[in-house]
Amino acid sequence: MSVVEKLRERFGTAILGEEVSCDQISVYVDREVLPEIMRFLHDELDFKHLADLCGVDYLGWKGKRQKKERFEVVYNLYSISRKEPLRIKVSVPEEDPRVPSVTSIWQVANWFERECYDMFGIRFEGHPDLRRLLMPENWPGHPLRKDHPLELEEEWPEYEKLREKARELSRYEWGDRRVRGG
Amino acid sequence: MAPTVEIHRKQIGHPEWDEPFVVNMGPQHPSTHGVLRLFLELDGETIVGCDPRIGYLHRGLEKLSENLTYSQALVLTDRLDYISSAANNTGYCLAVEKLLGLSVPRRARLLRTIVCEMARISSHLLWLATHALDIGAMTVFLYCFRDREWLLDIYEKICGARLTVSYTRIGGVRLDFTPEIVEELYRFTEEFPARITDYETLIDVNRIWLKRTKGVAVVPPEKAINMGLTGPSLRGSGVPYDVRKFKPYDAYDEVEFEVPVGRNGDTYDRYRVRMEEMRQANRIIRQCLDKLPETEGEPVVAEGAPDLLMPEKKKSPQAVPHPKKGFLVKGAEVPVVPEGEVYVSIEAPKGELGYYIVSDGSGKPWRVRVRAPSFVHISAIPEMVKGHMVADIIAVIGTLDVVLGECDR
Amino acid sequence: MEGILKVAMPGLILVVEALVLLLVALLHVAYTTYAERKIIGHMQQRLGPNRVGPRGLLQPIADVLKLLTKEDIVPLGTEKTLFYLAPFISLVAGATSLAVIPVWEKFALANVNVGLLVILALSSLSSYGVILSGWASNSRYAFLGGLRASAQVVSYEVAMALSLVGVMLMAGSMNLAEIVKAQVASPFKVYAIPQIVGFFVFMISAIAETNRVPFDLPEAETELVAGYFVEYSGIRFGLFYLAEYFGMVVMSAVAVTCFLGGWSGPFEIPGVPFFWFLVKLYALLFFYIWVRATLPRYRYDQLMGLGWKLLIPLSLLNILITGLIKLWV
Repeated sequence: MSVVEKLRERFGTAILGEEVSCDQISVYVDREVLPEIMRFLHDELDFKHLADLCGVDYLGWKGKRQKKERFEVVYNLYSISRKEPLRIKVSVPEEDPRVPSVTSIWQVANWFERECYDMFGIRFEGHPDLRRLLMPENWPGHPLRKDHPLELEEEWPEYEKLREKARELSRYEWGDRRVRGG
Repeated sequence: MAPTVEIHRKQIGHPEWDEPFVVNMGPQHPSTHGVLRLFLELDGETIVGCDPRIGYLHRGLEKLSENLTYSQALVLTDRLDYISSAANNTGYCLAVEKLLGLSVPRRARLLRTIVCEMARISSHLLWLATHALDIGAMTVFLYCFRDREWLLDIYEKICGARLTVSYTRIGGVRLDFTPEIVEELYRFTEEFPARITDYETLIDVNRIWLKRTKGVAVVPPEKAINMGLTGPSLRGSGVPYDVRKFKPYDAYDEVEFEVPVGRNGDTYDRYRVRMEEMRQANRIIRQCLDKLPETEGEPVVAEGAPDLLMPEKKKSPQAVPHPKKGFLVKGAEVPVVPEGEVYVSIEAPKGELGYYIVSDGSGKPWRVRVRAPSFVHISAIPEMVKGHMVADIIAVIGTLDVVLGECDR
Repeated sequence: MEGILKVAMPGLILVVEALVLLLVALLHVAYTTYAERKIIGHMQQRLGPNRVGPRGLLQPIADVLKLLTKEDIVPLGTEKTLFYLAPFISLVAGATSLAVIPVWEKFALANVNVGLLVILALSSLSSYGVILSGWASNSRYAFLGGLRASAQVVSYEVAMALSLVGVMLMAGSMNLAEIVKAQVASPFKVYAIPQIVGFFVFMISAIAETNRVPFDLPEAETELVAGYFVEYSGIRFGLFYLAEYFGMVVMSAVAVTCFLGGWSGPFEIPGVPFFWFLVKLYALLFFYIWVRATLPRYRYDQLMGLGWKLLIPLSLLNILITGLIKLWV
């Protein structure tokens, strides 16, 4: 019995569909029961290795496959004992971007989820420490969303503050005089 | 006096000092291997809390890739783990090839395997050099750099670049090896095992080295998997998970090699695993070189591989159904990269390097996600250093072999 | 006039002697840095300094000039007096020890009867420079370095002093010249053979005392960046550097005097009575450099363990055995 069949048997309607691309199976699951499904996969089907967790933004998607919601969170699992990969996907609507956290199952999910929050603004409920990871704390917007510009049109406002600070410090003897005036 | 000065007035060690002793290690620090910043909360010399802060090298590589064609994005992957760029290229190309459904000629696969293993050796040499230097053994550092220099010179002969090679391309490799390169590689593989033995005699019998590495940052196997450790860091804990064996790519299914694993999962075991891996990598290069003459004259790029200047559409070689009219048309325009998504991982020197690419059928990737081993490994640092001493944090950063270019992307 | 000269003459001679000794010692220190870079360079298959002067021989002078002309930065929030004073404490304490060392039979600047005690006292004092600079810098790395230094002093000072007790027992004197004479008269000519344990302990604690690899924890470059002198720049940084090498020279000189027979040698070299002293000194300095090129660094707790669990018991045992032999033989 394949993994997908086992999942269907156990969770029934929570398995929303499956999809094959380049011989790789993706399973869409309901986000409300995601922790239980993940716990089942981890404990009973032996998917001990969470290889990757990332978000995808489908805003303005022109592909043939229909996307119901704007975001997807993708979990790439791997079973080391059975040498079997599996991809779990969760659709996340734009107006309510939240997904239950899986940090209690995989420790590695901690930073993956923080990064996903940082890049897409998807909130992971139950995450112990959901802060921005790569971007500055006060960065406007979430950079990997499709509507975030590749290049900001004006300067990041914080940068001017930094220069202000440098100007202020340069009054002192120990400040670097070269940054005066930016 | 401005308030900024008042902060400095408070004396460390003064009886009135009542805050926890926080040391801000990095982003400029000799041994954080780049721009890693660690907030260390100390109790004397013992680490109570550790909070890594990353993002100082964040170049928005994933965002950039979405705005470039597939071939252009290839060049960006060089800048991930800039110490082993050939491996990054290979991983990316494998992912795109899987989307395209291309099969790479055997000679190109052999050549890729060779450059990947060269990347592994040069990455591990750099790791050994800096790890030893961090722990205090200065001489090993320069010895390792001597050998790494040789490898970089060979890279230069192969493709003209030393660090950011971009040697592989979608569907194969850029250039064939000349006989001189093969000869030089043979010379390298002949001499290299003796060099590794040299390094081992330099530090492996050293009591201080053993004291500094044995029993430091022990990770049990289940925990290592749960924390997402991969590559040598995971194998040091005794889990024989190696993508080259589990999901063979390129020419790894036709060469013989062993996957060394550790027993205790401490820093010393990870060191032993990497040393042994260098020997195995040497062996793989040797076998691939031996197989090269069998494929003499084969093309090194697959037929139908996209051009470097990738157009969004191309003429289809077979008849395809017309999008509107529904009947088969010959010479119709089809997308260069069909719609789909793929997750491909390879065994990069640092660990499992995965690419998750979503294509919408246009000439540019919809989403490129890089699963960077260093990213995961840095997230494991707080867990690994808890209860250890300040000196051990250096050993832990060294033993995880992190590169910040890959972590921040 | 003559009267004044008669009174002033010994003092004048002493000043000149002291100046000559200081100059020679400074040259030694400067060229130890050169030798260190060159030797380690060759051990690591590179060239070492070779740009300034023939074979890079003028490199130490260039270094000093560079350090002198660099800006002397004093960070805000430091304890100014101590911050200024600390490098001098280190350097003066290190350099003063040279006064009691007998370079040859007739030349010791101060032939005091408690020479060994003076050296021990001064070498502990030089650690104060390190501790104070660590505290006065008001920087976290420097503070950690200072803490490490104080812990290191407490444990290794004891081991070093105890290792010298055996020598004192055998020679029956604390005067360094007397110790050398007693050594020459002893059956082995050098104390390194009967006092092999003491010699071993002394050499290890001397490395720890001078904060060199593998015991360079107070400055541990890859952990604490530069440890106690991380906030120092220009010539103050240079003074610490100088103090370290002075310490190295002094410790080697003490080892030569107490364990290797001082100025005595297998045969006389006419005209250069201090020839053997220098040869032994250079050999020991080479040993220091060699160790630096080879060994990794200890961890803090391991260092303390080594000091308290191995070196101090060993030296105590050594004293006991030496005392018993002295009593019965």
